Amino acid sequence: MTSNQVLSEVEYRVVGKRPVRPDGVDKVTGRAQYGADVYPAGLLHGKVLRSPHAHAKVVSIDTSQAEAYPGVTAVVTAADFPFASMSREELGGGYQRLKFATDLIMASDKVLFKGHPVAAVAAVNPHVAEEAVRLIRVEYQQLPAVINVQAAMEEKSELIHDDLYTSYLGENSEKPSNVAAHLYFDKGDIEQGFGEADVVVEREFHTEMVHQGYIEPQNSTAFWNTDGHLTIWCSTQGSFMIRNAVADVLQFPISKIKVVPTEIGGGFGGKISTYLEAPAALLSRKCGQPVKMVMTRTEVFEASGPAPGSWMKVKMGAAKDGLITAAHVTLAYEAGAYPGSPVMAGTSCALSCYDLQNGRVEGYDVLVNKPKTSAYRAPGSPQAAFAVESVLDEICEKLALDPLEVRIKNAAKEGTRRVEGPVARKIGLIECLDAAKSHDHLKKPVQGKNRGRGIACGFWMNRGFQSSVTMTVQYDGTISLLMGSVDIGGTRASIAQQTAETLGIAYEDVHPTVVDTDSIGFTFVTGGSRTSFATGLAAIGAAEDVKEQMVKRAAQIWDTPAENVEYADGVIRHRSDPELQMSFQALAKQLGSTGGGITGRNNIDPSGEGNGYAVHIVDVEVDQETGKVDILRYTAVQDAGKAVHPSYVEGQMQGGVVQGIGWALNEEYFFNDQGQMMNSSFLDYRMPTSLDLPMIDTVIVEVANPGHPYGVKGVGEVPIVPPMAAISNAIHQATGLRMASLPMSPGKILEALWENGKS
Amino acid sequence: MPGLVHVQTTINGVQTDFLAEPRQSLLEVLRDVLGKTGTKEGCNDGNCGACTVILDGRIVDSCLVLAVETQGSEVTTIEGLATADGLHPIQQAFLEQAALQCGICTPGFIVASKGLLDQEPDADEARIRHWLAGNLCRCTGYDKIIRAVLEAEKLSK
Amino acid sequence: MPIVFIPTMLLPVSGGVKQVTIDAANMRQVIDGLDLLYPGMKSRLMDEGQIRSNLAVAVDGEVARLGLMEKVGEESEVHFVPAIGGGAAWWVGWRL
Ligand code: FES
Ligand code: FES
Repeated sequence: MTSNQVLSEVEYRVVGKRPVRPDGVDKVTGRAQYGADVYPAGLLHGKVLRSPHAHAKVVSIDTSQAEAYPGVTAVVTAADFPFASMSREELGGGYQRLKFATDLIMASDKVLFKGHPVAAVAAVNPHVAEEAVRLIRVEYQQLPAVINVQAAMEEKSELIHDDLYTSYLGENSEKPSNVAAHLYFDKGDIEQGFGEADVVVEREFHTEMVHQGYIEPQNSTAFWNTDGHLTIWCSTQGSFMIRNAVADVLQFPISKIKVVPTEIGGGFGGKISTYLEAPAALLSRKCGQPVKMVMTRTEVFEASGPAPGSWMKVKMGAAKDGLITAAHVTLAYEAGAYPGSPVMAGTSCALSCYDLQNGRVEGYDVLVNKPKTSAYRAPGSPQAAFAVESVLDEICEKLALDPLEVRIKNAAKEGTRRVEGPVARKIGLIECLDAAKSHDHLKKPVQGKNRGRGIACGFWMNRGFQSSVTMTVQYDGTISLLMGSVDIGGTRASIAQQTAETLGIAYEDVHPTVVDTDSIGFTFVTGGSRTSFATGLAAIGAAEDVKEQMVKRAAQIWDTPAENVEYADGVIRHRSDPELQMSFQALAKQLGSTGGGITGRNNIDPSGEGNGYAVHIVDVEVDQETGKVDILRYTAVQDAGKAVHPSYVEGQMQGGVVQGIGWALNEEYFFNDQGQMMNSSFLDYRMPTSLDLPMIDTVIVEVANPGHPYGVKGVGEVPIVPPMAAISNAIHQATGLRMASLPMSPGKILEALWENGKS
Repeated sequence: MPGLVHVQTTINGVQTDFLAEPRQSLLEVLRDVLGKTGTKEGCNDGNCGACTVILDGRIVDSCLVLAVETQGSEVTTIEGLATADGLHPIQQAFLEQAALQCGICTPGFIVASKGLLDQEPDADEARIRHWLAGNLCRCTGYDKIIRAVLEAEKLSK
Repeated sequence: MPIVFIPTMLLPVSGGVKQVTIDAANMRQVIDGLDLLYPGMKSRLMDEGQIRSNLAVAVDGEVARLGLMEKVGEESEVHFVPAIGGGAAWWVGWRL
């Protein structure tokens, strides 16, 4: 029995329905243009030379042979970036920032991870470019690689940057360190809280670096025109972020850079940072032709921005009745080769499912000789949830209490102040826990040997941030909508739905287009579970602007003050004269002859995004012979606010769950002791296939978000948060094992089973 | 530069001549030479299925086939499924069942599913999951893809 | 007057005082007021003229969008909280 339930409070005309997406036909016929499908006239192809070492000094680079190779049109190295010719004095306080930003894209004095770019070549075709890359001679002086997060934190550790200090909220450590930042936040008094506990559990956890695993590799095509304008076509989650970052590292005005976002083949947070754009731009400037660069899968693994591995410690205390009296969570996340792991977001999420009187969350941002980490779906939250929800499960076991009831007892609700400060508005965790409790899945006991069930909760704060929308009324009564948010998973549909709802017109009459950075106001990334909410709000605002102008126009036509005219359900009416009314379409036809067209616009930076919560239930079977874990049944319950397009909300939930299952059971970067990744292919980095999975049941609990007129909130992040802990808790029920590290791969499970057998 | 080889194939029912370097894959020729960019590259080493095409009735990863090997063969790509009259039932089902999010894996899944349904029009869920195990999708969790293929079986009748 | 909660990490600067009331109408005045009371506070909370990139401000529980310009009311509670983007933002050239 599999099912997808939607528990609705309110029904709307268009919002909440499941129309076909506007870009759907192009995507099922292969016509949609993704980044690698861009072929401007005169196209050349670029390739990158990358460091084979995880940590080394670059002594010299000789590109002469590559430059002389037939078919090669340009070669660039770090020396071609503006940073190379800017002095420390000129850059002042911005020196380190610009050095890091440039060096990540093209290494100058040191390489800091295997795969770190050292040079790039443009040539007539990718094969020639590849051959030429191999002709570049680089002399390295190898240094010891720092690959373990705990070792990196030790004072005697090899330093990755000798001028990086630990920032302790603005105060720097005396000595340089691999720890870029250490922060903590408190609520109440944890010592007192632990004193009140009847049971205290303290555990340490490890997780490995994992990748977003989007199927489309990073790509970028750049053309530096002779008039000094740079155009970049790329698949990115945020065209404006790419524009600004390229402007920064090239020290070039944003007004001369246009980023054209193509269709994007997945991102999950990994397509926010810039990698190929600046090298492609510099190559294009040198040879005067457009240059396309596409990463291989190995390059994607080794040199894009995966999610950090971690070392974590959780101490939690509870009273006999299950009330959590105190919790202390310490998170140390791998930043990679440069500062900036998502550990701060991790601290914001770690304890946010619960209403605690006493808590401390503490985070360390730790550098290692691995690729610079980036966002991955609910960045920072899944690792922390694995640790916290595992410990809570153990507390429930020790107190012989039902894990669902304990979660209900402690659940965060409206008014709960999180440990780090913010206060919850209307949220739906309790509603989700109740929905889980009454779900068919929990009503049927798990039966059979070596089988077990686990549950876990998850949190993501969701986001607002800037979005811009303009929409023009066409004379046939349709709407041409322009937005800056790229569509990764059906947001053209969800934005068009909200627009149609607001204007009282048909969904099919709204035509959304994603446009470039010259054609719309600043729009933040598609990511962080913000697009349907924030760009949706921008669209609603622009639609309200259209309505207001339509009302004024009707008033002008009827020669009456605008106050006498109202707009409802797509019809414009005189308030007191029933004779005077016009449909949206009828008025649209008259716009041309009554003063010209109408365009609505809206640029916003909204708050009120509303936090996202999820509760997952999983049944597993553990093979005692092989250590393999099979997922027998999976149910994801989530407060999605109002689900604009329930099919795509279910899709987000199912996709997030499956990424979580991969993270839980198989996925990991495997490094040798030299810091070289040994499994940089889809064969060896094992993501779930259709064969590994059952159907994923979903329950959408619609607790309307008061910060949005239709109650919408973000949905994309939180589904990846609970799976690791839920599966670990299920494995415990099946085998008695408490797994303290990810992934819970067959080898690790077998080892743990043997250990268990010995004792 | 290595010499170019003249190859004659039938692609989506149309006789097609092209020149290829011996080292070029079918995927590369489809995309870079013939402008058929509907076939996608996710890994270029046979592990993701984004580049799936039907070669003489069998589904293959076009990144693992040398273009020169297709001399005299029949190739069906995603561009060959829809007609002027409309979408193929599998395409229709993917659209209606919301079986795609980012859509980069979609051409590969649709072509692979065609390869299955051409031979086994009544394949059940387990069979479909098995058949599609060579195609990776990172967005959907496969649920809606499997449902779409089941739905396509109904639409085809 | 608005109540400002001092982050635990900065208790040494405030001599252990956990919350203070500051006569202020916006965040800029809050931070100036704090610095007057506890010299050095400003340099811990701010960097390059803005609120430090790994910090955000929550006014009455809601994460503020306007940084130093954010208004605070007579009854407001001000917390300094971790920024979602954290350290990821500062070096790639954009602020969250
Ligand atoms: S591109 Fe051919 S299998 Fe991945
Ligand atoms: S829809 Fe994105 S990979 Fe399948």
